[in-house]
Amino acid sequence: MDETQRRIVRAIQAGLPLTERPFDAIADEVGISVDDLLAQLAAWKADGTIRRLGAFLRHRQAGYSVNAMGAWNVPDDRVESFGRTASGMRSVSHCYQRPRFEGFPYNLYTMIHGRSREECEQTARTISQETGITEYELLYTTAEYKKSSPEYSADT
Amino acid sequence: MDALDRELLNIIQTDFPLDPTPYRTLGERLGIPESETLARVRGLVESGVIRRIGPSFDARRLGYVSTLVAMKVPSQRLDEVAELVGSYREVTHNYGRDHEYNLWFTLVCPGQAEIERIAGEIKSRTGITDLHLLPAERMFKIRVDFEF
Repeated sequence: MDETQRRIVRAIQAGLPLTERPFDAIADEVGISVDDLLAQLAAWKADGTIRRLGAFLRHRQAGYSVNAMGAWNVPDDRVESFGRTASGMRSVSHCYQRPRFEGFPYNLYTMIHGRSREECEQTARTISQETGITEYELLYTTAEYKKSSPEYSADT
Repeated sequence: MDALDRELLNIIQTDFPLDPTPYRTLGERLGIPESETLARVRGLVESGVIRRIGPSFDARRLGYVSTLVAMKVPSQRLDEVAELVGSYREVTHNYGRDHEYNLWFTLVCPGQAEIERIAGEIKSRTGITDLHLLPAERMFKIRVDFEF
């Protein structure tokens, strides 16, 4: 990353101002033209440096009041197909493979969102039926203590 | 939230226009004036539906390391420990969950050494050692795309 790119990360990471020309404000802060800024953002979207650019919602206020973290014990040779199936579900927002640990045999994680526990359970049952993976637990959110965006100083 | 707000949310979660006047572009798609589009988005921010509008960077591509952490906290200490954990700037998400591992948080740091330093510090400050670093080995999906 060059210095201009670092400045863009720092200027935009907190979010766009709610104005008619939000990118102009960011470009001014960085000291580049808005066209150069938009070209860089488009390039970052294309290469995956920016995973998503847009509105991030509070799910509770958006009607998706229940979150369950599904933890699944998936044999290594079925991880790929499980990941594909779970990712295909609209109510699954994240699906990651992570290491197992003593007392917690699960290696696949799915974040499931629903309007009720029943809806989350139904999603998990569908995943289970479609993948044949039956050893899983749903860990419901009991408290959201913190939800923020990372602060990148981008000086690495 | 009316039907137009929902349509607007569907679009701007994934397809926020990358052009100098995004609200004019959105308004053209929805058949409403630029000023109304911006006013609706402001309303959704003020009512708390929208948390923020901006980019989500892939931490690894910026040279950062992130991990999920699972922690087993005595239930009567959960709020206290959660507060201590959440006080770290490097902790971006922090949730209580109904499981013996009842505190789950994410750490985003400029390097692995920093991850381990903070995890060690949390252990020593809380006296709780049943804490596991669970970095993603593979990502199948990271996208929030709700249809309203």
